[in-house]
This record gives sequence, C-alpha cells and structure tokens, in this order.
Amino acid sequence: MSEIAVAESLAETQYQEPQPRRSRRRHLSGALRLLPYVVIAVYVLIALTGPLLVDYDPLSTSVTDRLLSPGSVKGDGSTAWLGTDSVGRDVLAQVVLGARTSVIIAVLTVLVSCVLGLGLGLLAGYLGGWPDTAVARSIDILVAFPGILLAIVIAGLFRPGYLTVIVALAVGGWIGFARVVRGVAMSLRERDWVDAARVMAVARIRIVTRHVLPFVVGPVVAMATLEFALIVLAEAGLSFLGIGLPPTAVSWGQTVAGGKEYLETAWWISAFPGLALAGLVISVGLVGDQLTARYGGRRR
Amino acid sequence: MIQSIARRLALGGFVMWGCVTLIFVIIRLAPGDQATIALGPDATAEEIEAARVRLGVEDPLFLQYLSYLGRVLTLDFGQSYRLGTPAMDAVLDRFPATFQLAIAAMTIAVVVGITLGTIAGGRPDGVVDRVVSSLTISLQSFPTFWVGIMLILIFALHLRILPSAGSGTFSHLILPAVTLAFPQTAIVARLTRSSLSESMQEAYVQTARSKGLTEPQVLIGHVLRNSMIPVVTIVGLQTGALLGGAVVVENVFAWPGLGSLIVSSVSARDYAVVQAAALLIAAVVVTLNMVADLTYSRLDPRIRIGGRA
Amino acid sequence: MSADMTPEDTGPLLDVRDLEVVLPGPDGPVRILDRVSFTVGAGRTTGLIGESGSGKSMTAMAIIGLLPRDAQTRGELRWRSEDLLTATPRRRRRVRGREIAMIFQDPLASLNPGQTIGRQITEIPRRDGMPRRELGSTAVDLLERVEIPDPARRANNYPHQFSGGMRQRAMTALALAGKPQLILADEPTTALDVTVQARILALLRRLRDEEGTAMLLVSHDLRVMAHVADDLVVMYAGQVCERGPAPDVLRRPFHPYTNALVKSVPAVHAKSAIADPLPGSPANPAERPSGCAFHPRCPLTRIMAQGVSSANAIGTPPIHERCRTEQPEVREISPGRWSACHFSSEEAVR
Repeated sequence: MSEIAVAESLAETQYQEPQPRRSRRRHLSGALRLLPYVVIAVYVLIALTGPLLVDYDPLSTSVTDRLLSPGSVKGDGSTAWLGTDSVGRDVLAQVVLGARTSVIIAVLTVLVSCVLGLGLGLLAGYLGGWPDTAVARSIDILVAFPGILLAIVIAGLFRPGYLTVIVALAVGGWIGFARVVRGVAMSLRERDWVDAARVMAVARIRIVTRHVLPFVVGPVVAMATLEFALIVLAEAGLSFLGIGLPPTAVSWGQTVAGGKEYLETAWWISAFPGLALAGLVISVGLVGDQLTARYGGRRR
Repeated sequence: MIQSIARRLALGGFVMWGCVTLIFVIIRLAPGDQATIALGPDATAEEIEAARVRLGVEDPLFLQYLSYLGRVLTLDFGQSYRLGTPAMDAVLDRFPATFQLAIAAMTIAVVVGITLGTIAGGRPDGVVDRVVSSLTISLQSFPTFWVGIMLILIFALHLRILPSAGSGTFSHLILPAVTLAFPQTAIVARLTRSSLSESMQEAYVQTARSKGLTEPQVLIGHVLRNSMIPVVTIVGLQTGALLGGAVVVENVFAWPGLGSLIVSSVSARDYAVVQAAALLIAAVVVTLNMVADLTYSRLDPRIRIGGRA
Repeated sequence: MSADMTPEDTGPLLDVRDLEVVLPGPDGPVRILDRVSFTVGAGRTTGLIGESGSGKSMTAMAIIGLLPRDAQTRGELRWRSEDLLTATPRRRRRVRGREIAMIFQDPLASLNPGQTIGRQITEIPRRDGMPRRELGSTAVDLLERVEIPDPARRANNYPHQFSGGMRQRAMTALALAGKPQLILADEPTTALDVTVQARILALLRRLRDEEGTAMLLVSHDLRVMAHVADDLVVMYAGQVCERGPAPDVLRRPFHPYTNALVKSVPAVHAKSAIADPLPGSPANPAERPSGCAFHPRCPLTRIMAQGVSSANAIGTPPIHERCRTEQPEVREISPGRWSACHFSSEEAVR
C-alpha cells in the first residue's frame, strides 16, 4: 500500500518544526480547501444521527417495493430517493446507516492502531536496541501478508461482529503509525535538547512526553487521516465478501454485494453505496494530502 | 554483494518462520473445533474424539507447534477436508490464474502510471499535473469491488463487448485486470510524479540543459532513469497489495484464482487451505521484495559500485 | 567602444547591455538584475565578483538562458552579432554547449549520478551524430586535456568514484566538449579544497592560454580573481558598480565597495595581515536601498557628508544627500575604467 511511501516521507520530517506552508496549492482557493472538511463533517453528522434520520429494519421486507428505481413512491407513500433493493428495502436508508458502520469502525480501528503504533514506535525509536529490532522484525513479518488477506483470515475465522472487524483491521493498521513515530523518535533521540534532558537525569517517560511526543503529533494526525481512508476501503471490502460483520449489520460493502445480482435491472443498489464511500474516502484523502504536505514534505 | 544477498536471504527465512508462526497462532485462537468442522454436523462423539487424537489437537500447544513446524518444513500442509486433496495442491492449482491476473494488472499500472506521472511531473503544478493528481486521488478512493461492478455494468451489460465473469480467453482477463490495476496505477503515477519533480530540481538537470538539449531530451535522457529507481522498488513492494486486491477482485469476476479459493475456504473453515494459501502468498511477497531490493541496488551505480576507485 | 565595430575582429565576444532580470517574489516582482552592462573580449577571462545575492550567478544563468521559467528579461545580450535575448528558443539551445558552455559550482550534484563520466562529457558530439567508435576516443581526449590521469579507464567511472577536484575537471571537460568560444564558470572552485582550487585555476588559465577560450568567471573570492581574471566586473545588489582591467581595479579601486572588498581580504604575504571586514550585510535586491544601493554600508559617503552638511541632526547617520536620493550612473572615470560612484573622480576613495 502507498502507506509505505507516506510513512517514509512522514518519518523523514523527523524533528522538523511545522513550517508556514508554501503557496504550493495556490490554485485551491480558501473555500475550496475547506470543502473536504465540510464533506467529512456531513458524513460524521450522518453517522452520529443516522438512526434518527431514517427508519430502517434490515429484516423487514416488502415484495411490492422490490427493485424500485430512484425517486419511486413506495407502498407506504414515502419516496425511495435512491430506489429499493431486491427485497424492497430503501437504498438511501442503507447508505445512511452504512455511513454509520463505516465511520464507527474506521474511527475505532484508527484509534486502536494509533495507540498501538504510537506505543511501539516510541519504544522502538527512543530505546533502540532490541526493542527496536523486535518491532522492526514484527513489521517485516506482518507486511509479508497483504493487509486485506490477514483481515480476511482473522475476520473470517472469528465470530462475526464489530470487535472482530476492528481487531482484524488493526492488526495491520498500526504499522504505518509505528513507522512514522519510530522515525521521528529516532531522530529526536540525537537532538541536543533531548540529550540535555537526559544528562540532567530527567525521567525517561518525562522526556518522551515532554520532548518527543509534541513532535510526533503532526505526522501522526496526517497518518491517521490516510489510515482512516484505507480502513474504510478495507472494511467495505470485507463486508462485500460477506466476512466479519453479522448479516444484520448494514454496511456499504454488503449493499453493493447485494445489488450485484440485479445489476442489469437495478444498477442503483450497487452504485450509490459505492459513490457514498468514494465521497468519504476522497475527502479524507484530500485532508490527508494537505496534512502530509505540511508535516511530511521533504526538506529542500 | 554476496554478503548482502546472504543477509537478505537470512532475513527472508526469518520472516517466513514468523509467517508460519503467525498463521499457527491465528488458527489456534480461532473459535471452533477443527475436528468437528472437518467431520460435519452428523459425526458421532467417538468419531470426533478419534479425529481429535489424529489431528493432535489434544497434545500440549508447544508440541502441536513443533509438529506443525515440522510438517511445514517437509512441505506437508495437510488435507483440505472440503476438496479431499492435499491443501497445497489445491492452492497451487489456483495460483497460475491469480499470477496471470496480477501480472496483467501490474503491466497496466506500470505503463499507464509511469506515463501519467511523467506527463504530470514534467511540469509540476501545471494544468495537466492538476488533472492527473485529481485523477489519481479518485482512482485510489473507489473501492475495487465497486469499480469492478461498475465496469461490468458498462462494458458487459450495456455495451456488451466484454464478458462479465469467468476466465479462459483474453477478453475475460481485461475487466478484472483493469479493475485490479486501478489503485496501483494511482500509486505508480503519484510516485513517478513526485520522484520526477524532485529529480527535476537536481543540479545535473541544469547541466543537461546547458548542453543544449531539448526538454524531452533532458527528461528522457537524464531524469527518467534516475527517478525510476524508487518506482521500481515500489512496484516490487506493491506485489503484496496487488495479491490482496486480487482476493477481492477475483470474487467480483468469479475469477478462478487463489482469492476466491481463500474466501470460500475461510467461510467453510477449511484451515488447511487457508494456511497453505496464506503461506504461499507470503512466500511470493517475501521473494519479490527481495528481488526489488536487489534490483534497486543494480539500478543505482552509487550502490552497485561502492566507494571511490 | 562603438557598437558598429565588426564583431569578429576587435569587438567583444559578448556584450551585455542594460540587462535586467525580474523575478516574481512573495511581495511582488523583484528586479534581481538592474541594468547590468559589461563585455567579455575574445580569449580573455572576465571576472564577475560580488557577495552572495549580488546577482553574479543570475547574470551567468541569463547569458546561457537557463533562468527560471517565470523570469522576465530586458536589455541586450549581444553574442557576436546577434541578440540572444530575442533569439528563437531553438537558436538559444544551439548556442548552449556549442558556443557558450557552463561549468557549475557543485561538481558532484551537477553530474548525473546514473551515467558514466565518458557518456556525460560526450553527450554533445553524440547528439550531433558522432559515430560510436569516435566517442570513446573523444572522451579520452577530453579527459586528457583536463589532466585526468588514466583517462581511458576513468571514462567508464561514475561521478561518485571521482574525487572533488577530478569531478570539477570532468565538469570542465564536459564544457569543452562542444568547442565553445565562451565558458561560463560559476564558482568553479568554491566547493573544493584550497590546494585543489589552485590546480583547477591553473587548468582554467592554461585553457585560456592554449585554446583561446574566453571565460566569464563568477566568484566571490577576490584571490581567485587575482589569479585568473584579465578584466573585472564588480556587482552589488544586482547592479554593476565597477569594471575595468583586473590588475588596475585591484591595485586602485575607484568604487568604495570594491575598495572595501579588497581591504576585507587578508593579504597573506603583506606586512599587515589584519583584514578589514566590510560592515553590515549585503543589500537584498528585493529591498534595494534608494539612490546608491551601497550607501547604507558606504564609508565614503560618510566622509563626503561631513564635508558638505555639518547640519545633520544628531543621531541620523551622516549620509550624503546625493547617495541617498540619486542613483549613480556607471561612468568611465579614466580610459577603460568604469565606476558607479558619485564621488569616484575624487581622490577620497582611500
């Protein structure tokens, strides 16, 4: 995954202080730059309030409302703006609740990965020696498996549920964070002020929290956005394959998979959840690019 | 050189051991009893008990691990209860299809990605650059399974020029390969672009210009080769992601490769096949990473021929 | 110096007239070069000297035509009989390397790390269609001319296998490959050890003497100039402040800036080894001072001001009114000697 490249470029920033941004993206006017943030906010809002916005029961089916095209009026008089699926369930409702699933899983996975990666990365980068080797070798082993493959195996063999999916995705997710943090911590270890603190016998944990952590925050936030996008994609992939989440959960991947059979007659079932997903991933990716340019740009 | 190859080989061996162990741990931790799953719901208690002894499930964990390691070392990956054949045979049977798909996708990604990246990076921040970078962001942001389905919708169902599923002919290969190539193309393009625009800042580019070369001559004669070094490495490192992507894409197009085998085996808890497939993929990834590493040092004379003569 | 002279005989090879380069800056366009004029005679070495930011490298880049894309230029660059600034891009490209070549400052960064030295220095003849067979001997010949030992073997080396001095020799060979009449050398010795510097300078001098190649030598190092330059052009804040034959200029500077430069160099063999450093920091072309750009640092204007107006309020620096308000023209003070100081004719320079 391009994660590697990003992690390397983020790690290369080392102790560099945040610089005033060069006007590289002059063409993106202020308002346009804010657009991805607004889009993300909308998704998060929908994720939080989803169940209040739509009335949806994955188990309730309606034969008369099957495969209605977008904009049709359903049996109960409401309009199916994005159509209905093969058992008459509303696609818009699935898109809204799918956002909830995606955002919740991605946020929690990123959180878990971040904590894990931060801890292991600091340990490896700051202490060096065998902790560093241990972390580096673990990463070597984990990256031998394509991330999604490991997630499929873990999520597929354990009991379906949110926790399983989060664990399955976090197993590979922490690596990017650990790489970034390790790089920053390693370069900081050699800096004068950290040396000075060490000479003055400041406690290790204090050195790390006071002198190392602040420099890690920027690159980690940049990494988190990119990781978030990857997790959303991976989660959708899992649920598309029918792995990980229980059948009663609503998720974009599942809806797309459900629509595949009816592609010829009802394209909207598969199309809209994918668009919703791409909208989220693109916005997060744009924010991530901005942050990476800020914290991960190579020094000239 | 020989020393560095030996070091890489040792590391590769260590990583493979780690992979074997990791798979063992995951399968041990997974809920459900292997014997019960293998024999199906109709088995009697005695049959299950006999199978448990035969599979060694009741031995101490450490002994199980050792005998498992021993079997892996002798390339014995057990039997697929579902297919009734040795698990590795089933996996190797499917591997060529996946390999074919991956090669086709990587070829597309490299050709299209380098072309796009070169056009964009030759003049950073120009109009073309902006178009290409928006394109690459989109390419990476759509889930591959959805892209695959949309391609089926357009090319198989509406235009009716390509088959929607299956394998066998060249036209069957096109849609899955293009789908799988989508995110990889974006990665190659972005990397080419950044590597190229970075190389364009190098002082030797001015030297090349001072020789009276045209911009294309400068780009092709001096910049491209040097900026391809990181690209080659990434292409090697991307094999893992490519094989991972293939797992999903194969399921969209009913492509008879490893990916669809893995997914169906995971769902059926056919541990032997899951383990054999995962280890094979890990072995391929480790090997190709090693090759990428060595290629990298071949391309850069500063690494190939060390020091001052 | 009449412009009507035929360029091939006694006229200058390169005649830079009122050259201006404007670059966009963060706070609007910046005039990096301001009406720069000087000449380079055939077979002569002209030294272009100034502190960093004086525009000397920019002048060289303007001559070879490798300014940043967004640079605007005005004035004339008379190369023999044609004006390079108005020449077609195609013609400019043909001039590059084949008529005017360039030696860059950092020889390691300026050589392509991925190509052998031989391939890089013979690129121009190769592009001009020289057969493969002859390229090898051409490379050896070029390396021989820049005194690289064992040239046949060295041609197959990569830049990282060369030492710093050898890289600069290779860079010089690269410049010679297109048989140029003029070589621009941008700080060719700055990145090198002192002992290596001397040998590179000796090489450049030999090339001028034996091959008759004219040279524009850009440097901040007055000692380098004293060794090699026939003529000297002194630049400050993107403007020319003095020019003339090098020995005369160094012996008796007309411009207070040149004078300060000469005084700032510790004379190793002179009785007084204490250098007189120039106070203040070089003017930035983006904020060029009014009048004479040098006036905030100028010792002469303070001397002159005391003579004229003793009415200066206490606390204000005694700057001569003319220096602050009126931009000096580059005037011919004595035959061949030009200076841009209001008071150059005065003997108060020292």
